[in-house]
Amino acid sequence: MPLITYREALRHAMAEELERDPNVVIMGEEVAQFNGAYKVTEGLLAKFGPKRIVDTPISEAGFLGMGIGSAMLGMRPVMELMFFSFYSVAFDQIFNNAANIRYMSGGLINCPIVIRGPANGGTNVGATHSHTPESIAAYHPGIKVVVPSTAYDAKGLLKSAIRDNDPVMFMENTMLYGETGEVPDEEYLVPLGSAKVMREGKDISIIGHGRAIQMALKSAEMLKHKHNIDAEVVDLRSIRPLDEETILASVRKTNRVLLVEEAKPFCSVSAMLACIIQEKAFDYLDAPIRRVTSVDAPAIYSPPLEKEQLPTPQKIFDAALAVLK
Amino acid sequence: MIKKTPSAKKSEVAAAGYDARQAPINAKLGQDEKIQFYRDMLRIRRFEERCLRSYQQGKIGGFLHLYIGQESVAVGCCSVMSDNDHIITAYRDHGHALGVGMGMNELMAENFGKYTGCSKGKGGSMHYFDPSRHYWGGHGIVGGQIPLGTGIAYALKYKGIKGACMAFMGDGAVNQGAVHESYNLAALWDLPVVYIIENNGYSMGTSQERSSAGESLAGRAAGYGMNWAIVENGHDVYEVRDKVSRALKLAHEQSKPTVLEIRTYRYRGHSVADPDSTYRDKAEIEAYKNTKDPIMVYQHALLAEGVLTEEIIKTIDDSARAEAETSAQFAEQSPYPTIEDIKKDVYWEVDNPQDKKSVGSLFFD
Repeated sequence: MPLITYREALRHAMAEELERDPNVVIMGEEVAQFNGAYKVTEGLLAKFGPKRIVDTPISEAGFLGMGIGSAMLGMRPVMELMFFSFYSVAFDQIFNNAANIRYMSGGLINCPIVIRGPANGGTNVGATHSHTPESIAAYHPGIKVVVPSTAYDAKGLLKSAIRDNDPVMFMENTMLYGETGEVPDEEYLVPLGSAKVMREGKDISIIGHGRAIQMALKSAEMLKHKHNIDAEVVDLRSIRPLDEETILASVRKTNRVLLVEEAKPFCSVSAMLACIIQEKAFDYLDAPIRRVTSVDAPAIYSPPLEKEQLPTPQKIFDAALAVLK
Repeated sequence: MIKKTPSAKKSEVAAAGYDARQAPINAKLGQDEKIQFYRDMLRIRRFEERCLRSYQQGKIGGFLHLYIGQESVAVGCCSVMSDNDHIITAYRDHGHALGVGMGMNELMAENFGKYTGCSKGKGGSMHYFDPSRHYWGGHGIVGGQIPLGTGIAYALKYKGIKGACMAFMGDGAVNQGAVHESYNLAALWDLPVVYIIENNGYSMGTSQERSSAGESLAGRAAGYGMNWAIVENGHDVYEVRDKVSRALKLAHEQSKPTVLEIRTYRYRGHSVADPDSTYRDKAEIEAYKNTKDPIMVYQHALLAEGVLTEEIIKTIDDSARAEAETSAQFAEQSPYPTIEDIKKDVYWEVDNPQDKKSVGSLFFD
């Protein structure tokens, strides 16, 4: 299989869906003429023209709300947030309008919109540009939340998200854009709501999403190499819908759980997972569940400190040993 | 006590000599159409009066934002919609819903929180919807619907449909950022949208002069290079029809947006929960009722024209009252949604399991 970057995988997904469905449009700040602030949409304007690839003003509430309105009338807009952090500027449009319109209309109106962009820290851009709002988005019934960690999943999940009839918040990671992975030439979809066992193991389950999973895979190698521990690594890939079966199967197999994520600890995805696991697999646990998250403060700018604020392979390694102690 | 803004006075003077009855859209109206506008306005009023009784009886929960006094706006606007036109409005949405042809039964039942309501009892008075009639709500957050209306216009243009979206808001909404962002997008991309500010003078309990800077609300459109106009006599269904139809024509034929400010007045509080005693005096309300009530003014005009007779007036009134009463009975006798219904209509996929593509859990209780 060809090796392509996570960025290219996203671009290919959009290009294929633009070809397939005339109701798909790509909109956002700098997505067209500038070729994308992070070059995810590079070349799409040249290929599809300005009707399909649309530069918007810096006006998130306006253009996201406009996209939601157009989705109500049958379009399938894929809206790029240059940084996912800017979702908060459009909070009312996303969480009052997109999330609720189907419900409040008694099922008469659909909102097939994708809101995508990078949601991560670690790039020294300070607290305003480093939000990881997976749990905030997933808190809202009506919204779906997807977080791919590989090129293969980025493409397959984005195609599924664009075809989905519900609003999907698709959270990428600038630090993964350049990472390569095997992606087949032939078309494929990854369904929303299916987790993936990235590494099989019998001693501990390390469960999480996003870039933290790439770190967890490194930690797992360290655990094997230094302590002959076989860690299983489970990538959620999708937060809502959530693949509870795969999570619980891993817990029942290893009996020990470490949850990892880049977000802050309070009311986070890992907090929810800990609740689900103790409700549904309490008797299988041989040790308390532990978590590795960001340090609970706004994202610090200072580059060496920001590295320390975020999860690291070493932190995950140490926490895994603590669970196994 | 309210103070009229200087600009409002000036505009009234400027409007002198204009006769909306002679406008092309009105000059050729037949008797039946004229009577229909009267009937439509009266139906809104009788429906809302019945809503108020039900609210006072504890049958309707939450908020009830009555449109009484503003009927000419919804009826005038809806009467000039063509097949490809759409509308969206805020929470004072009963008049527009009846204006596009939704039935009193489904609206009253929605107010009662019943399953037979237009939104299955999931939206309430502020959240009526009927996309089959191009009626996209019914929205609770001030100004929040305006980007959606802009998006509907965007989709119409994208699909090459010769239609427009009328996006209604109150005078309070003009200070919301989302409204200005929408103006910019509409003007930038020549979207076929007509923004209609129903200026009833008060954003909740705060008068226009205490909440909005500048001389006119619609005039802010000039900053975006957008067309704008004021309907001074929003109580006059003919003037509403004339100005709105011109804006729609501009949208249909040139794909240009317009901001239209329609001066109107509400007799009741912001919602029924508003005691309406702190920010305006009763004399002001009475003065408007006595001189500009849209139904009475129109009734007198049609009586003078010989279109209406006392007998027809009584028949229409009896019929509207009976229809409203029947809707209250229908609502009363309808079932509530079930506990199972709480989790329906959240996700399309869950409601259409045969076409479900995703796996995993969507609910967590």
